[in-house]
Formats: sequence, structure tokens, C-alpha cells
Amino acid sequence: MKSSAPNQLKGSFETRARWQPLEVLFWVAAFASYYFLPGKHLILTEIAILALFALSLDLILGYAGIVSLGHAAFFGFGAYVAGLLAKHQLVTEPLLALLLAGLAAMLLGFVTSFLVLRGSDLTRIMVTLGVALVLREIANRYAWLTGGADGLQGVSMDPLLGLFRFDMFGRTAHAYTLIVLFVLFLLARRIVNSPFGLSLQAIKGNALRAAAVGVAVNARLVAVYTMAAFYAGIAGALLTQTTAFASLDVFSFERSADLLLVLIIGGTGYLYGGLIGAIVFKLMQDYLSALTPQYWPFWIGLVLVVIVLVGRDRFSSWTLPLRRLAARLDWRAQLPRRSVGGGG
Amino acid sequence: MLTILFDGIAYGMLLFVLACGLAVTLGLMNFVNLAHGAFAMAGGYCTVILVNRWGVPFFAALPLAFLVSALLGLILERSLYVHVYRKSHLDQVLFTIGLVFMSVAAVDYVMGSGQMFVRLPDWLQGQFNVFGIGVGRYRLLIIIVCGVLTLALQLILSRTRFGSRLRAAVDDTRVARGLGIRVDAVFAVTFAVGSGLAGLGGALGTEIVGLDPAFPLKFMIYFLIVVTVGGTTSITGPFLASLLLGIGDVAGKYYVPTLGAFVIYTIMIVVLIVRPQGLFSRGGVR
Repeated sequence: MKSSAPNQLKGSFETRARWQPLEVLFWVAAFASYYFLPGKHLILTEIAILALFALSLDLILGYAGIVSLGHAAFFGFGAYVAGLLAKHQLVTEPLLALLLAGLAAMLLGFVTSFLVLRGSDLTRIMVTLGVALVLREIANRYAWLTGGADGLQGVSMDPLLGLFRFDMFGRTAHAYTLIVLFVLFLLARRIVNSPFGLSLQAIKGNALRAAAVGVAVNARLVAVYTMAAFYAGIAGALLTQTTAFASLDVFSFERSADLLLVLIIGGTGYLYGGLIGAIVFKLMQDYLSALTPQYWPFWIGLVLVVIVLVGRDRFSSWTLPLRRLAARLDWRAQLPRRSVGGGG
Repeated sequence: MLTILFDGIAYGMLLFVLACGLAVTLGLMNFVNLAHGAFAMAGGYCTVILVNRWGVPFFAALPLAFLVSALLGLILERSLYVHVYRKSHLDQVLFTIGLVFMSVAAVDYVMGSGQMFVRLPDWLQGQFNVFGIGVGRYRLLIIIVCGVLTLALQLILSRTRFGSRLRAAVDDTRVARGLGIRVDAVFAVTFAVGSGLAGLGGALGTEIVGLDPAFPLKFMIYFLIVVTVGGTTSITGPFLASLLLGIGDVAGKYYVPTLGAFVIYTIMIVVLIVRPQGLFSRGGVR
């Protein structure tokens, strides 16, 4: 038995990483939306960007258990970097600019990750909040560079890959964001199903014990925080590129708070939570803000309060039947039972 | 120069009255109440309605603002907050952010989104000179009121039975419970008084910091700075932190307006990194 342990281990990782039919269906539906919902390109693009942003938060909150109230810092940083690159004609190829913006946010994430290593949840909440506020203030003050409160205008880009022009119906933007989301999702999926991803969950469960079994806690947290910053930066850059505009709003506290709600709606810690949450959130926003545009925050607040009072685990278990179904539909192997729902 | 110091002290005192309730809540139940500013806003709007619409004298409106906010705090604490104490910090943050958003939108709906001002009695307006220092009458009033309140709080905490129960509960909740102190009741009272003080601060502060529906969001960070820099184990810590923040903010805006607010944010982050438990806290309690 002993000699087969590595093989068994390998097998269990492969089982975890196996594609389930429902997942395939999800992505087929996502790409089909491009053809079957032709009038909805704009909102679908927004959903894809929000989903990517939520995916980023899920990496640190759902997997590593870091509560952040300032995740918009990286989103905004990526947004402004992409905007400035395009405005000053430094990098006019959108895809390259996207990558650069992501890397810039990643660098910021790496530098600030050392700030979240110390202290309790409360300290983390406030440090992340503080970082986002400082960045917003900088963007506000250095108006000669960022346009200040008026926002960054005059963002124009070359056609994507030299082939596809960003059209006014948002067709290119939609396909572009969807593909970027899919690629980054694949990467995230690969990462969370790797031993590295498991060690993150161990840290979330109990950092002390994780350290005791030999997990380098701080290094792992720095790594995942940096990666989440990259994802958030890409999401922000996508927003700038698809709307050709960036404003101080990208750093706002509301954006970070909304993001938490998105993730809570979908459930944390299984990657699809952010994607499903983004869809539900945007549809809800679309519907409710059509009713009362000015008082939309009230409904966000109400949803948050109700979710917490009902209990987050109980609430996000509305996706549980879906996930059970996914497990049952899998004709190849019985999945090992895993605990679902959030924590943190 | 001295006028700036004076204004800064007034501002700091005001911040202290606004934030001290939060310090106690955080220290006592380890509860992250981001919605603290909403109670301050309630007090502010209460005063505006009483004074401007119903013609209640300003000084009669202040205690009423305190009572209304305290009552609001008590009701919310008993009905909603109690369910959230045992949950994780993430839940607490989500819950209180939800409350903030709801209060912001609700006040916007009822009162409109504009800035509000309280009609002050004539004798409180303007300033007079003492040895060449311009002293604003209203600011002097704030310093006196807040100073008296601070002294009273300090005395209550250090001299009364309730104060010693509260301190015991802050230092070690479990042991305090074991000694027969009804921590929940102590907490409910403290929460109500803290909310009431925030409401009083909001009522006094309309003239200085302004009042609009976004108030809880704008000042959330200030309260948090006071609490983190000051620590939550004593009342003097937050008090000193408030004064520092008040003077620093006023002086910063006067001398280096280009740097703006991020000086204080940066200071907060640095303090959090160097001393996560606060600058003035007694170490080693938890």
C-alpha cells in the first residue's frame, strides 16, 4: 500500500481537478450568450468584468481567508494604468496593455501583501481599506496625470490584435472580456486544485496548525494576495478598455463592499461563487435601479443585512442542489464529499 | 497658529465624542461596528428637524438628539446586533456595511441629499479675541461640552460600580461573566450610551463637519483611525488619538493642502503595522 501512496495522491488531485458536465454547460452557455443575446452585450460585458473581479476576491477570501475591504485598490490601479498607457499612446495594443496593467497591479499587491500578514481580521480590514483610500486620494490629487475628479478621458486603443475594432455595440468588448475571463478562470482553477491551493485552505482553516505541518504560511499568503491583485488589476483594466474611461469611482469603498456582496451571494471558496454572484448581482442591480435609481444602495444594504442574519452558510447553500447535481451527473467517479459554504 | 491649534482641539474633541462609543463596543465585544456613523447622523438630522422645523431651542435639542440616538441604538442592538456578536468578523463587517448603506439611502429618501445646517442662536456665532487668538464661540462651546462629557465618562468608568463592571468585561469577558456580571446587559447599556454620544456629536458637529446622507461613509475611516490609533482598552487612548487626529487634520489642511487627507491614512497604516493594538493601549490583554 505504501508504494502506491503517491499514485493515490496524484489520483485524488486528478479527481478534484476533473471537469464536471455542469461546468462545461456553464461555459458553453456563457459563450453562447454572445450569439443568442445580441442586444445585451453591454451588461454581459459588465457581468464578465465583475465576475473576474469577484474571482480575484474569492482567491484571497474564499481560499486563504483574508477579509479585504479595499480590494478596489487593485481594480482601480489596473484601470488607471491601462487608461494611462492608452491615453499617452505608450502601449496601444489592448492585450499587451492589459497584461501590463495586470502586472502593475500585481506589483502593488506584492508590496502591500506584507501589510496584511500581521494582525487580526480587524487590522486587515482597516489596512486594506486604508490602502484603497490612499490610492483614491492620490488619483484625486495628481489631477495633471489622472484627470482628478473629472476622470481619465481620451482613452483610445488600437484594434484588438490589430484585427478587431472596439465597436459601439460592445461586440468586441464582450467577446474580449469573456475570453480573458475564461483563460484566467482556467488558471485559477488549476491553481486552487493544486497542492498550493490545498495548503491555502489549510491556512484558512487554522494558520497555526498549517505552519505546524510545514506550510510556509506567510509566503503562501503573499503569493495568493499578489495573484489576486493581478486578477483584480486585469478586471480594472478591462473596464477601462471596454468603456474607454476611468474615474475615481474605481477606487471607491462602495465598489469593494459591493464586491463582498457579489461573492457572498454566490458563495465563497469554489470559484463559481464569484461568477454566479456577478450574474445575480448585475441582474438585480439592473432591475432594482430601474425602479429607484437613486436609492439602489438601500437594497444592497438590505440584502447584506438579511444574508448575515439568515446566516451566510445557510444562504449560499441555495447553490448546493446545483453542486449536488453536478456531482451526481459526473459519470466517471464519485467525488469525495467536500464541505461547502463560506467561512472566514 | 494658535487659532489653528484651538480649532484642531475643538475638532478632536468632537471626534472623540463621536467615536468613543465605537471604542467601547470594539473593546468590549470585539465587534466591528462600521455603522457607528449612522447613529451620529441620526443625532444630526434629529437636531436639524427639531431646531429648524419645530423651533426647539438649540440647547434643548442637544439632549433630545442624545436620547433619540441612544434609543435607536438600544432598539437596533436588542433586535439585530445581538444575533451578530458570535459571528465572524466578515459577517459583522457585511452586516454593518449593510446598515450603513440602508441608512444612507433612507436618509437621502426622507431628507434629500443636500447639506444640512442648524440655525444657531446669534450669540453662538462669530468669534472674539483673547490675547490675539481668534476664538470661535461655537468651537469654545464644543470644547466645553465635550470636555465635560469626557471628564464625566472618565469618572463613570473609574469611580462607579457600572464603570468597574464595564472595565472588567472589557479586560476579560469570560471571567467577568463567571463573576456574575451580566455582560450582555452592560453591553446593551454601553451600546446605547455610545450611540447616544455619537448622536450628540453629530448634533454638535453639523456646524463644523457638515451633515449630508453620506456622513456615515465619510467619517467611518476617521472613527476607525481614532479607535485603532488609540486602542480600545481605555478611554484616554482614544481621547489622545482624537486630539492628535483633530489637530493634525486641521493643521494639515491649512499648511499643506496639496497633501490633503492621505497623510492621516498613511499614519493609520503605519501605526497598524508597527503597533496593531494601538499606540496608547496597555499591552498584553488579549
